[in-house]
Amino acid sequence: MKDLLTIGDLGADGIQEIMHAADSFAEVCQRPIPKVPALRGKTIASMFFEDSTRTRTSFETAAKRLSADVMNFSASSSSVNKGESLRDTVETIEAMGVDAIIVRHKSSGAPEQISRWANASVINGGDGWHAHPTQSLLDVYTIREEGRTFDGLRIAIVGDISHSRVARSNIEAFHTLGAEVTLVAPPTLLPPHVEALGAHVSHDLDAVLANTDVLYLLRMQHERMDQALVPSLGEYHRAFGLTLDRAKQLPSSALIMHPGPMNRGIEISPEVIDDERVRVLNQVTNGVIVRMAVLYLVLGSAAADRSAS
Amino acid sequence: MVDAELRRPRAVAFGRGDLTRFVPQTTVLSEDDVARALKRMAHEIIERNSGLDDIVLIGLERGGVPIAHALGDALAAIEDRDVEVGTVDASFHRDDISTTHVLPEVTRIPFSVTDKHVILCDDVLFTGRTVRAALDAVTDFGRPKTIQLAVLVDRGHRELPIRPDYIGKNLPTSREESVRVSLGGVELGTRETLENGTREGDS
Repeated sequence: MKDLLTIGDLGADGIQEIMHAADSFAEVCQRPIPKVPALRGKTIASMFFEDSTRTRTSFETAAKRLSADVMNFSASSSSVNKGESLRDTVETIEAMGVDAIIVRHKSSGAPEQISRWANASVINGGDGWHAHPTQSLLDVYTIREEGRTFDGLRIAIVGDISHSRVARSNIEAFHTLGAEVTLVAPPTLLPPHVEALGAHVSHDLDAVLANTDVLYLLRMQHERMDQALVPSLGEYHRAFGLTLDRAKQLPSSALIMHPGPMNRGIEISPEVIDDERVRVLNQVTNGVIVRMAVLYLVLGSAAADRSAS
Repeated sequence: MVDAELRRPRAVAFGRGDLTRFVPQTTVLSEDDVARALKRMAHEIIERNSGLDDIVLIGLERGGVPIAHALGDALAAIEDRDVEVGTVDASFHRDDISTTHVLPEVTRIPFSVTDKHVILCDDVLFTGRTVRAALDAVTDFGRPKTIQLAVLVDRGHRELPIRPDYIGKNLPTSREESVRVSLGGVELGTRETLENGTREGDS
């Protein structure tokens, strides 16, 4: 597999292979020297056409722990501002000799388009409302790390499903592994034909909490507020935020997850953030581990394909 | 069954897997022969190091792990004391990522290697490249007093200046031949390419 564009490319086997490899990289990250020469001599370009701190630094940390060289490209300070096309930009970067390109783009499908132009491996770092596969993989790893099995696991995803690439990839990943997914959101924040995603739908968070093993909160995107999809952020918090009262209704063994960055007081109350069921920092730690596994397997597989042909 | 061939994780999406099958021709060592060889190697380790002080064993994933545990048991039985056994997967220290077909295993070295005598254990010593990678991996964990190498079978064809300290069996081979090693015995044979793309270990 030369590229990683969506969870669907991986299937259950691919997800399990990445989890298996990630266990090894978790151990590497515990070593006195948390660095191995596995990708020495490889160059990885991160092309972020949209703002991101955590995904970008996570990939960068992962690449450096594998001894790869990292080339940074950010759209805001590049020739994209001078009107260079996406294709020209990608071909320019590739001409410098890169083995993998990590792409974050506001347009759905941009990484796939780039993968058709580039010989290098393309890894989707989040595209539009479409997909964010490495986020899903780190979420799967975080749940798996707690010793949970996915078969029949009840996962509730709460918030702006419509505009969320994290939701789309996570629904696909959790579903592929056999979990039961419930989407909790006001009707205005659900995409049309939501049933086609294979998940249950609810508009009532309180009714769902007691039967939830993993509560996955999505970031409420302020930039959507001008579209009047919810009356106000305060109103959203009252209906769909994880308050102290709601946290009490959640089983004691449940996990609370959030892809970050968190809006305190909107999707989660500040007093719940320190709850022992919250796994937000584990998610960040696991992000590096899982991205090491992705880079190692994708680049190893691409190299094997090249040497075979 | 402690057969390294069969314990390989499947690699469907990323690895190409091993598309060959081992065809045995001659049995080189029986199960009893292997047990006797390991016992002799254990005595040699104790003799060379004047006892078991500061001795730790590290098995190379995957074939070396059962060898390390068996040697550890043999050492413990002779000296009547426990010996620590770890495992190392050298995949991340290899220089040939493109030919790494299998998924890595977790390295487990739950003890300090600094100032220890580390006995690296493997099933077959061939080109020496895995051992070279394992030396790098182990020295990332600390600074051992010495690193020594124990292998059940040395089949020759070294590509690096690496030599074993303890050998179960010297087995001259041609490059085309293949050796299958487990605690149950050592066989010499060939590898044949599978036609239908299924891999050994797939059911």
